Amino acid sequence: MSIEKYKIVEGQVKVTYELALGRTWSHFYDCFKEGKIMGTRCRKCSRVLVPPRSFCPRCFEDMDEWVEVSDEGIIETWVYVNMPFFAQETKIPFISAQIRLDGCDSGFTHIVGGVDMSDLDKVRAAVKLGGRVKAVWSREKKGSIRDIEYFEPVK
Amino acid sequence: MRKVAITHVAQSSGAESRESLMDFTYKVNKEILDKAGLKREEVGCIIAGSADIFHSGLSCANAYDWDGIGAFMKEGSRAEESVFSFIYGCMRIMSGRYDTVLVTAIVKGSENPDNDPITCFYGDPFYLRPLGINESSVAAMQMRQYMNRYGVTEEQCAKVAVKNLGNALFNPYAHVKKRVGLEDVMRSRRLYDPLKEMECAPKSDGVVAVLIASEEKAKELTATPAWLKGYGCSMDYFNPGDRDLLNGQLKAAAARAYKMAGIRNPEKNIDVAEICEPYAFQELIWCEQLGFCNEGQGGELIDSGITEMDGSLPVNPSGGVLATNPYPARGLYRVAEAALQIKGQAGEHQVGKKVKTALAHSTHGFGGQCHSVVILSA
Ligand SMILES: [Zn+2]
Repeated sequence: MSIEKYKIVEGQVKVTYELALGRTWSHFYDCFKEGKIMGTRCRKCSRVLVPPRSFCPRCFEDMDEWVEVSDEGIIETWVYVNMPFFAQETKIPFISAQIRLDGCDSGFTHIVGGVDMSDLDKVRAAVKLGGRVKAVWSREKKGSIRDIEYFEPVK
Repeated sequence: MRKVAITHVAQSSGAESRESLMDFTYKVNKEILDKAGLKREEVGCIIAGSADIFHSGLSCANAYDWDGIGAFMKEGSRAEESVFSFIYGCMRIMSGRYDTVLVTAIVKGSENPDNDPITCFYGDPFYLRPLGINESSVAAMQMRQYMNRYGVTEEQCAKVAVKNLGNALFNPYAHVKKRVGLEDVMRSRRLYDPLKEMECAPKSDGVVAVLIASEEKAKELTATPAWLKGYGCSMDYFNPGDRDLLNGQLKAAAARAYKMAGIRNPEKNIDVAEICEPYAFQELIWCEQLGFCNEGQGGELIDSGITEMDGSLPVNPSGGVLATNPYPARGLYRVAEAALQIKGQAGEHQVGKKVKTALAHSTHGFGGQCHSVVILSA
């Protein structure tokens, strides 16, 4: 059996999912739309987590006390993303960061912007571990994580 | 509990394959049965390691997987983390239910989307995914914290890629075969700064099979069994923001495995380690957390040369995941390579020292959310 070229089938699949946010995250995004970042506090360890949880992943207890946290915080760590990949919703280059919001006990993942992205040295001069950032809210909010466009360094 | 040993190992060639997944799977499983001198009917049970949809374009992929593994008309099971498949197989022997189990992990990475869009789907659809977070971006954030907290340098991280790709030149089953220097790695594209392109694992095709057996059966099948001595696993919280990325669950997983294996001083008691390092710097963090050096000393560990092929504790003589990354199968590759080192059958990448005890490690999830550690012994 001699074969000149092995055949390949190209496939692409598009299917629809309807995924429930549930009570806690629905409320979080309702408040987000109003420009407020809400967390929940654990009854046992007293930590405030954002995004909020209905239960504490450390204590495995209910978390039903709502607390508003600041839209300002410090950068715990960050990455300069310059890799395009399929279905990526943000145009490269962009900065992903873990931000510790004031009044919160977990890292909030989001995007850092409002800095000159033209070269890495300029980015490094503006974005620093421990640096303070503040949320820049979208003008049109839809009740989604991108209601905050990005966090920008506080000058 | 009964003893259990790896008796045989078989792997596909590292090159991308143009065979269909089913044929690709069949070849390696046929090979391992031939090596062991067993007929398919004589194998007790079969456990697969594979992943559906994103990694194979198939739903409920095990339905398709069984034929090529030879699992039809047998009891079987499957896990997406292939070290879990291995341990499920071991438990079926330890419990006395079977005397032999074939564990096989399969994937054709060349056929499906890149790792980054796939691992973006680890993220939940409400929060992390719309932000474009994936395994590489979390790894890069972990790397920046690692360098900042301990003063480990980018060059020290890059050295892992130089070492592992160098080792892969001696492994006929490795995927990426090229000699690279420190400058090549440092100058490669900063796709996820501080991570560079050559510090990120490729995407590979791979089938790896290990035959495991009870004590009596193992002694009958081989003169060089690699006995399972310890296993430990631990999982961290889902959200990267809920954890300290530099203090995850590997220490806990290792402690469980070491306790079971009676290992008190891993740096001395372990002769060789195969560690899952999809990102170069992770080998350094994982080595620290496995107790091969102190916390924050990973940079000095790589500088010392201890983890080189001829060092006192070689790490990833096979080239590791940086050379070969058949994603869901990569954990079982580590186990298979650890077994080959104990059996003295690793060929040109057999380490210089005599191997009595070997460690295999696997991880998956953002920043190493889940870790598994396997200890094998001659
Ligand atoms: Zn709690």
